[in-house]
Amino acid sequence: MKICVLVKEVPDAAVEKRMDPSTKRLDRSGEKNLNPFDTHAIEAAMQIKEGGAVDVDEIVAVTMGPESAVRALHKAVSLGADRSVHLTDPALAGSDVCATGYALAQVLKAESPDLVLLGQQSDDGECYTVGAVVADHLQMPSLTQVIKIDVQDGKLRCERQAEYGYDTVEVELPAVISVGDAINEPRYPSLKAIMGAKKKPLDTKSAADVGIDPSRVGEQGSRTAVLAINPPPAKEPGEIIEDEDTDETVQKIVSWLEERKLLA
Amino acid sequence: MAGQWTSASGRAPGEGAPRAPAPPFTREHEDFRQVTRSFVERELRPHAQEWEDARWFPNEVFRLLAAHGYLGLKYPEEYGGQGGDYLHDAVFAEELARCGSGGLAAGIGAHTGIATPPIWKFGTEEQKRRFLAPAIRGEKIAALGITEPGAGSDVAGIRTHARRVDGGFVVNGSKTFITNGVRADFVVTAVRTTPEGGHRGLSFLVIEKGMEGFSVSRKLDKLGWHASDTAELAFDDVLVPEENLLGEENRGFYLIMANFQWERLLMALGAVGSMQATLERTLEFARERRAFGRPIGRHQAIRHKLAEMALKLETGRALTYNALRLFAEGHDAVREVTMAKLKTQRDAFEVADAALQIHGGAGYMKEYEIERALRDLRLGPIGGGTDEIMREILGRQLGL
Repeated sequence: MKICVLVKEVPDAAVEKRMDPSTKRLDRSGEKNLNPFDTHAIEAAMQIKEGGAVDVDEIVAVTMGPESAVRALHKAVSLGADRSVHLTDPALAGSDVCATGYALAQVLKAESPDLVLLGQQSDDGECYTVGAVVADHLQMPSLTQVIKIDVQDGKLRCERQAEYGYDTVEVELPAVISVGDAINEPRYPSLKAIMGAKKKPLDTKSAADVGIDPSRVGEQGSRTAVLAINPPPAKEPGEIIEDEDTDETVQKIVSWLEERKLLA
Repeated sequence: MAGQWTSASGRAPGEGAPRAPAPPFTREHEDFRQVTRSFVERELRPHAQEWEDARWFPNEVFRLLAAHGYLGLKYPEEYGGQGGDYLHDAVFAEELARCGSGGLAAGIGAHTGIATPPIWKFGTEEQKRRFLAPAIRGEKIAALGITEPGAGSDVAGIRTHARRVDGGFVVNGSKTFITNGVRADFVVTAVRTTPEGGHRGLSFLVIEKGMEGFSVSRKLDKLGWHASDTAELAFDDVLVPEENLLGEENRGFYLIMANFQWERLLMALGAVGSMQATLERTLEFARERRAFGRPIGRHQAIRHKLAEMALKLETGRALTYNALRLFAEGHDAVREVTMAKLKTQRDAFEVADAALQIHGGAGYMKEYEIERALRDLRLGPIGGGTDEIMREILGRQLGL
């Protein structure tokens, strides 16, 4: 079995995010990191490999992004991927979810994996949809928000987090599966793994290399356009109850909750 | 969210984010720092209070660290190490300061930072197999035994004596303030091997737990470093075989001197890590705690205190990183290492003291961990060579 894991370089969680008003895109300057949700996808791939229910020949980390995204691939490899593929091309800048999904699908077609894994969302765009778009282009079944994967008779038995509980779904391979962060606890990469990551094979591909139609990617090729960006409305100040007489304070809190029907 | 590459949560935006590497560190070191920080905050820190209260941290901590490679960062892969170098160990030392227990950091540091390096540098192949490899695996715990009731920085005054006998040495004497002394499987011990002793009469013997006549006479109680075990050791006619002689006979003084530089750098790095963590926590507190209608950090008296803390941190970091760079490049860095050690130890204590003051009554309470940091850091200007000794070394460096 060959597993491809889609990963993304995102601004570090500790960096304050801001929108660039001129491009209407997220300002991606500052320190970056491997999208934390993707670390769970890599760990899921590793657990399938180490689980022994199926032979995994290789785990390939795939990303699309500028030059700096190589660092996200190194991190993915330090967590266990055997090699990585970096799709990078100025023509891809400004791609929306549809264009990104199409471009990634083109890379994956060349790799023809049995399983594609990815984090359910990116820490920056938070669209939750790339997996589904990729699956559509590859004509593969797609599952989202998966928090458990078992390999059984060449199929996958997955649990996905649904609104009111959990769905257990069996899916034929090949498939595209996006995982939630509850699926596992990613391992700590050792120093040896971090130092060794740069030595593992990394293929750099341009849009042309994987047969991407330039009219379907980039800002021009995107089917959505951001018209305006606005800051979120300021939060209304909360009500502060000073604790002078505790009985009275409790009564105030209880009636506040009752007014909002928050107490059963 | 649990990505190991994620910065720890709970900080104000922009704070504690991975930063551009400062020399001698590279991107790769910063990547390793990020993972190490996450490891320390999630695997060690949550137990700090419990282990402090117990006056002991479990030996399993060494196994846990070994499983993640932390006990062998700078050692070659052939002994089970990670194949890194001093700078990787430096990252670990700095980040370990965030574990919330000086004693825990000291116990780990005694093993990786001062007790095993002499075996790596001066040991025979057989000694490396017997002691270094199991120490890297966390199976054997190491301690360094130099200090005696009558000899600290004045190592020439060491009185524990080893008399040559057929096939080895017979050791008599005692050691004190030995970190990991109670739990150690082996103690890299400085002994006098000539009747005169002094600089030309010191040697090192690896003395193992279970050797007849070797005992722990006392577990010492301390102001801080509660989670670490600090022991007084007694040697009563201990027969130590020839193959446990580490390095050349009567050349032990050089081994001590070689080790000191790294030990002092580790202490400086620990102080830098501690100042960083303390500043972050105190800034957070100063933003949240309000008095007279605004966050206390907006009052000039507090703001200036925080500015001073930031200054101490940055000066300490600059001095330490420079000394580390020189040391790692193989230069004679005695002056710079001495300066870094001297500057950071007292400063780290003062930073913790200022943090306690800013926290007010809360700082005096155990739950805020500031009082613990203060107690732990008070050892800095004493251990690894006192501030007074550091000034002497510097003064002599000036040709006086």
